[in-house]
Amino acid sequence: MTKAQISKTQKIFDLLSEVKDPEIPVINVIEMGIVKDVTLTDSKVSVTITPTYSGCPAMNMIATDIKLKLQDNGYTEVKIIEVLSPAWTTDLMTEEAKAKLKAYGIAPPNRTSSDKSNPVGIPKECPNCASSNTKLKSHFGSTPCKALYVCEDCLEPFDYFKCH
Amino acid sequence: MDQNVALYLYCLRLGDNSLILGHRLSEWCGHGPFLEEDIAMTNISLDLVGQSRMLLQYAAELSGNGTTENTLAYLRDERDFLNALLSEQPNGDFAVTNTKNYLFSVYNYHLYAELSNSKDEKLKAIAEKSIKEVAYHVRHCGKWMLRLGKGTEESHKRLQEAVNDIWMFTEDLFESDESTASLIEQGIAANPETVRHNWLSDVTDQLKEATIEIPTNTWMMKGSLQGKHSEHLGYLLAEMQTIPRTFPNSEW
Ligand SMILES: [Zn+2]
Repeated sequence: MTKAQISKTQKIFDLLSEVKDPEIPVINVIEMGIVKDVTLTDSKVSVTITPTYSGCPAMNMIATDIKLKLQDNGYTEVKIIEVLSPAWTTDLMTEEAKAKLKAYGIAPPNRTSSDKSNPVGIPKECPNCASSNTKLKSHFGSTPCKALYVCEDCLEPFDYFKCH
Repeated sequence: MDQNVALYLYCLRLGDNSLILGHRLSEWCGHGPFLEEDIAMTNISLDLVGQSRMLLQYAAELSGNGTTENTLAYLRDERDFLNALLSEQPNGDFAVTNTKNYLFSVYNYHLYAELSNSKDEKLKAIAEKSIKEVAYHVRHCGKWMLRLGKGTEESHKRLQEAVNDIWMFTEDLFESDESTASLIEQGIAANPETVRHNWLSDVTDQLKEATIEIPTNTWMMKGSLQGKHSEHLGYLLAEMQTIPRTFPNSEW
């Protein structure tokens, strides 16, 4: 790729970083690890995305939002390609994204050692008061990617973004 | 048989399993025993329907005749569905629902574990994606098996009854036919005997811990692979398919 091409592709990545996850509006689709690749040929853009959870209803909206964002910025031909492999994982989430989640009140994914019976990990601390004295209330939270916890110190319930 | 046709039927079978079980679970939406479990069941339902979409999309692609995931889900009749009998059984009480989900989740887990080594790239990708979700379903439903089994006298009694009633549909999960056999030989489909072995081992351990007995001498009902279903599937399809059949080609 030439320098000019790289900067053109970078411009698209910059635009995509303005597309937020509709269910967690503090994180963008790049930080979520949903965007796998962007290619630009002439004026045609292909964006390769990978779904988070198989049935996540936000995926259709994300694909539409990406398309609209690029079209609004002059890219008339936008193609969204969905790939399954390699499967999406929260390991792709940046530290910056995790900090944003926490500030938003969601405990970020936190892998625990080698406990095989618990592949989703446990929250490091309560996002409200930083206490590590937390308790699982429900395996499922407000969206498929989260579980519901409660803090035993400040008594606030909070979502935990499960390792996946 | 043409390999494409065999693979088409295989994907249809797996896709139908998730679709029908997912639809059954969605019937609990707004009726769960308490809010958290209502959300859990509908979230599992969402995962299943999502997995079903991937499989039916692939089946549609393989059919090569313009079929789509929607026509497969909404315009086929009872006899064309290949889902296992276990998936279509009515929800009953929470013990029955959880027993169905548990037995199915463990089956799905071992199935996808095998398919993660499939020689078919697409099936492998679907399996690798789905197994992460299914592992969590196993964990959730498995914990309920323990809670109900070791809970009160009433919860134990109901869970044991549920296992007694549902067990007869489990053998049907591992049915195989000529077209599946050719796919197994090529390393594309999972060997149902391997899946059965791993399934039974996990289920036996878990039920033992839950102080629930596995019924013996149960007459096993089979036939879903030939499109022979229990009477319940027709009613389920009637409800699931009514909108697309009443308003053909309509879009959201
Ligand atoms: Zn707290």
